[in-house]
Amino acid sequence: MKKEWPVWEVFIRSKAGLDHRHAGSIHATDARMAIENARDVYTRRQEGVSIWVVPSKEIVASDPDQSGELFEPAVDKIYRHPTFYDLPDELKHM
Amino acid sequence: MQLNTEDLEREFQAKIDSGRSIEPKDWMPEKYRKTHIRQISQHAHSEIVGMLPEGNWITRAPSLKRKVTLLAKVQDEGGHGLYLYSAAETLGITRDELYEQLHSGKAKYSSIFNYPAVTWADMGAVGWLVDGAAIMNQVMLTRTSFGPYARAMVRICKEESFHQRQGFEIMLTLCQGTEVQKRMAQDALNRWWWPSLMMFGPKDEESTHTEQAMKWRIKLKTNDELRQQFVDQTIPQIKILGLEVPDKDLKWNESRGSYDFGAINWEEFWNVVAGNGPCNKERLEARKSAFENGAWVRDAAMAYAEKKEALKEAV
Repeated sequence: MKKEWPVWEVFIRSKAGLDHRHAGSIHATDARMAIENARDVYTRRQEGVSIWVVPSKEIVASDPDQSGELFEPAVDKIYRHPTFYDLPDELKHM
Repeated sequence: MQLNTEDLEREFQAKIDSGRSIEPKDWMPEKYRKTHIRQISQHAHSEIVGMLPEGNWITRAPSLKRKVTLLAKVQDEGGHGLYLYSAAETLGITRDELYEQLHSGKAKYSSIFNYPAVTWADMGAVGWLVDGAAIMNQVMLTRTSFGPYARAMVRICKEESFHQRQGFEIMLTLCQGTEVQKRMAQDALNRWWWPSLMMFGPKDEESTHTEQAMKWRIKLKTNDELRQQFVDQTIPQIKILGLEVPDKDLKWNESRGSYDFGAINWEEFWNVVAGNGPCNKERLEARKSAFENGAWVRDAAMAYAEKKEALKEAV
């Protein structure tokens, strides 16, 4: 074989109202084949109502070695969570 | 701060010990990467080689129902192979390299598929016993430490249960049929029982990889533990079928709460692993010829896509 078919990442929406979620990857020569192959590989039991395919080389990912620094700004902001606020027990529906 | 390898390894082990998963872009010891490429690809190869003995029976299935079922099962196995190849590729090896390792014999696949499927009852025994044994291993692997492998296993386990049930149903139908059909079922059980027990791999004391595999949470149970679990689970099923277990040493051990079973013929196991099973050559030849004879189709599809892309850019 001269050239391996490009890799595509597959995202599936399992039903209307839910997000597309990463399912895995497949090989295909073009976008249409990628969708058809994704259908055959990842939705043999009606697992999806919509498919996204993206060439894997187009995905830009954060570097796990830098994740400490990258996510550091949120680490000490516990006041962003509702449980940070000390309220009386008799207070309802809040 | 630059960490040295020793620190990185300690951090890596701590991560695994605390139950966290390892993802493809995380730092990992080279040996962890290599072990996973070996294991995941071996698993993927087993799925696609596993299509062959059953594919052989699609055109000869005894009814339309059995035919569509078998077709769906074989398609699932193709799908499972693809989930696993895609998990292996996240570790930086290409699909062609993986195929090349299978074709050259560098990579192995499950030896069980080197046994022939000679009667229709074999389709029952394979689904029930071979898929049953595989499920036991795969359920364990849904909790393995490498994220893409564990996720592929979750997907596979969901689909695999149908494989085992349809196999058992084939056996049950034969066992409720004529005397000849029941004999056919017993014969299939006799031939597949021991190779199924061998599927769990060598005895613990002879399994070279077990210790490291447990430490890295690649495995959560030993070969012998899984094998015992399989025997204990399957004996009552054999009774439901009204068949005989082809093991004269099998007996219930009250104190262990498990069945004791006879000695496995390890010489046969190693002989099949070494390539001398009844179908090793045939299976590998089938995979190689599918790959080679399909090359022109893959090349043509790629050339067509590139040409279309070039035209689009020219406009």
